[in-house]
Amino acid sequence: MIALILSALWGVVMMFSGIFLKNKKAAAPVAITGIIALLIVSYLEYNAVLYLDADIRGMLKFSAFGQVFTGVVFFCTLIYFILNAAEFEETGNDTFEYYALIFFILSGIGLVTYFNTLLMLFLGIEIISIPLYILAGSDKKNLKSNEASLKYFLMGAFSSGIMLMGIAFLYGASGTFYIDGINVATAGFSPMIAIGLVLLLISMSFKVSAAPFHFWTPDVYDGSPTVVTSFMATIVKVASFVAFLRLFDNAFGKVHAQWQILVALITAATLFIGNITAVFQQSVKRMLSYSSIAQAGFMLLAVFSLNTFAKEGLILYAAAYSLATIGSFAVVIKMKDYSLEGFNGLGKTQPFLALMNTIFLLSLTGIPLTAGFFAKYYMLIGAVKNGHQTWLVIFAVLMAAISAYYYFRVIQAMYFKEGNAEAKPVSAVFKYTLLFTAMLVIVLGMFPSLLTKALY
Amino acid sequence: MTINHYIFLSVALFCIGIIGVLTRRNVIIIFMCIELMFNAVNLLLVAFSKMHYLAASVIDPATTAGTDGQLFVFFIMVVAAAEVSVGLAIIVMMYRNTHSIDASFLNRLKH
Repeated sequence: MIALILSALWGVVMMFSGIFLKNKKAAAPVAITGIIALLIVSYLEYNAVLYLDADIRGMLKFSAFGQVFTGVVFFCTLIYFILNAAEFEETGNDTFEYYALIFFILSGIGLVTYFNTLLMLFLGIEIISIPLYILAGSDKKNLKSNEASLKYFLMGAFSSGIMLMGIAFLYGASGTFYIDGINVATAGFSPMIAIGLVLLLISMSFKVSAAPFHFWTPDVYDGSPTVVTSFMATIVKVASFVAFLRLFDNAFGKVHAQWQILVALITAATLFIGNITAVFQQSVKRMLSYSSIAQAGFMLLAVFSLNTFAKEGLILYAAAYSLATIGSFAVVIKMKDYSLEGFNGLGKTQPFLALMNTIFLLSLTGIPLTAGFFAKYYMLIGAVKNGHQTWLVIFAVLMAAISAYYYFRVIQAMYFKEGNAEAKPVSAVFKYTLLFTAMLVIVLGMFPSLLTKALY
Repeated sequence: MTINHYIFLSVALFCIGIIGVLTRRNVIIIFMCIELMFNAVNLLLVAFSKMHYLAASVIDPATTAGTDGQLFVFFIMVVAAAEVSVGLAIIVMMYRNTHSIDASFLNRLKH
């Protein structure tokens, strides 16, 4: 609760410090201070040292799952801020405002992880989306950025409309917005509940970019400034997944059997489209956008199976995927040329960046000894334990094998192709943070229980 | 009028909104269609709120059932206003660069 309030307040602090501190370079330290404060507060709240007893009428529910997840989100944001401090200054003149918007997004993420009524879910999703529309268009003179921003805005508002219609139908059927009340009302599976469920499923699929509602994703991710894409594709996406999982677990858990096949079909389509299209991409940035769709397919397995493995796995997946993708994007940003040829020979010109990128790409593929392996393993084991639709598990493994092709193509370009890849100079802080992130990916790959045991 | 009339009216408005979003090319019109979708939902929420109130007031005349539905409508209005302010700014930004508000512009990224 305090972390939630602090994240919104720090956004305001960022905006005001933008007025008083004219120097762009001062933005990153203020933001990093804020995120470290958030991390400390959320750690104290997790250990119940700090506690704020406000009467919120049960609209938010603070569970260990949510607290661990927000901890992971704050930590990934800290790494993201440190790695991308230089890029924020290059994107435009309003550096302080970009950080402020990100803090507002963090408070929205807090709402969607703790929500207990559909009102909070809706507000959380909107608080995440509206600042992102602005961030996507932050490169004002660039047509691609304009286009990404407009497209994201239209699709986001459209899916919010669908979500609201679903909420209205659920309210009509159950007379409450509280998800426990809706869970009770789903016992009599009336047509109104069914319509509400399907509409919510569609709108959440839009938000997490699951097929067939993924078509906006590659364009938006490709057009936005890379530093924003890195945030959208990782932290925002996993937060939407937590909202998706919590909504369908707590509100529709009883009628799981009725909608499971729908989620299975969406998962299969997402895995297929994401992986197959990623194979044909020539730009590494666009490949990573498609790979984010493919990884979304894997995370959807958690919504499909809805058991303890799924919940532990989703936290692990959130950490593994966010760290690896943030790291990989941080390397991509430093490149002069985003195309695959631009990476030719990076292993010789910039051995350190190439090695780090290799570790992140291996983790995204799911090679053992990296965090991505256990994340995928938990998702698959959850789906197997679930016992239904075993074909989906086999299909997911096949698709994971295909994903190796396009990730390894980048590694191949870096080490086995001739060329002189050009990268911007990097600072020592950047190098150490990148090294730390890579170490973390490996440590999580060896001891995943470090994270999952925090849930209990 | 029964609740079914309201449901029918709202769903009709909502579908007009969806069809508008999917078929129109002018960004402002698409935007208005999205607002139409939001307002269809508002109407439906108010109707359901009244329905739940009437059902509960038979048992307890001093009931507050249904108030949360009307409160939700205010939140939707606030969020829609926030979205309008951001959305119009984005459209103006796009207009400055391209001198058009045609959505077919959106297909340029594919190539």
